[in-house]
Amino acid sequence: MLRKFVLTITILIFYLLQTTLFKALSLASVAPNLMIILTFAAGFMRGKKEGMFVGLFSGLVLDLFYGQVIGFNALLYMYIGYINGFFHSMFYDEDVTLPLGLVMGSDFVYNFVYFIFRFLLRNRLDFGYYLIHIILPEMIYTVVVTVLLYRIMLRIHRKLEAYEKRSATKFG
Amino acid sequence: MRKSDKKSIPTKYILFILSFLCMVLIVLSFIMPGFASPVKEGVSYVLVPVSKGMNQVGRWFNDRKDDLSELRDVMAENTELKAQIADLQNKNALSVEERSELEELRTLFQLSQQYSTYETVAGRIISRDSSNWFTTFTIDKGKKDGIEVDMNVIGDGGLVGIVFEVGENYSLVRSIIDDESNVSGQFASTSDKCIVKGSLQLINEGVLKVFNINKDADISEGDMIVTSNISSKFLPGILIGYVKDIENDSNNLTKSAYLTPVVDFAHLDIVLIIKQQKYTGG
Repeated sequence: MLRKFVLTITILIFYLLQTTLFKALSLASVAPNLMIILTFAAGFMRGKKEGMFVGLFSGLVLDLFYGQVIGFNALLYMYIGYINGFFHSMFYDEDVTLPLGLVMGSDFVYNFVYFIFRFLLRNRLDFGYYLIHIILPEMIYTVVVTVLLYRIMLRIHRKLEAYEKRSATKFG
Repeated sequence: MRKSDKKSIPTKYILFILSFLCMVLIVLSFIMPGFASPVKEGVSYVLVPVSKGMNQVGRWFNDRKDDLSELRDVMAENTELKAQIADLQNKNALSVEERSELEELRTLFQLSQQYSTYETVAGRIISRDSSNWFTTFTIDKGKKDGIEVDMNVIGDGGLVGIVFEVGENYSLVRSIIDDESNVSGQFASTSDKCIVKGSLQLINEGVLKVFNINKDADISEGDMIVTSNISSKFLPGILIGYVKDIENDSNNLTKSAYLTPVVDFAHLDIVLIIKQQKYTGG
């Protein structure tokens, strides 16, 4: 119960941060993708199921506000969360390289698919340009933000695990 | 990882069902756009006020950053300005003369500050598109302030964009630099028609694409482009920007060029929404 509440609040906070504060702090007109970080973290720390649901709802929030096609981001984020869940078995608190690689991969996949459906289909063929000017800067910025956020998310994750273990023993 | 599997449906199946649901939503939003607006309205009641607050935090940080760097500049500027005042007082007399000339020219162009006579509502940008691919933004005015879809948005002395979605207390604006934006424009001096098209690729260089200009049009670098009188959605005579790099197209029938917008989209904060809509008889 507490977990659901915390996750809902986190999705909303991340959404708000992404569309307001981080847009104001964008570098070279590119802002980091916080929703990808959240989706990846849920999948990586908690497994396929949670990654899937967090991805679905993150995408849905984005769709409701800025998507003309509802369900597109939801679908995309859901699969990203799910796929990140496959790496859950390799999740160790101390390791930092794998998470950063996963965030980079996730962000790339997201933007690549987004490019195909929203740009390539409208005859914008110059992928190289968009790769260098949008996708790569966003990946780098997102990774930098992940470095800062990862510890905090890890701590929240541990707190939640501890809380659940405690209440489980209490009632069990 | 396995512990949740024994008591509930395997994740694979849930994924499959949810994917199907998303597909249905995608198809639905193509065949009946706006089916989700009740949900949007509900969520916006919670999120819009918070967005407003958060945006103020962002702006505060930005302002402090600017303040520090500005303070030093301002002190140096101050001494400089004092010297300039004396100089300007002399020039002022001259400029009054020039101003009346300008007024005359404006009436010649029949632009005579047309859009200052439209009824407008001021709105504040409260959040921007979450992806880096499009340039749409949310403003804090909606249906209850009389905003409707297709109302023109101006600010910073020129055309900013058009409202494409309205909620009770917010509305979404597509700016003219957005990759999906097309504006019918014309040259203020010669009335030659053209299309001004936003492009993600070009806006990084600070320009928009202008095309479909008649080959025989008597235009030159730096000419003013305004919204055209034949546009179906934009009111006529709103300044868009200044033209540059005019080239003949390979078809030898039309010319194309680039346009520098007058609006500084990166620092846009407050915009004006024109409440009057273009009526095309449709």
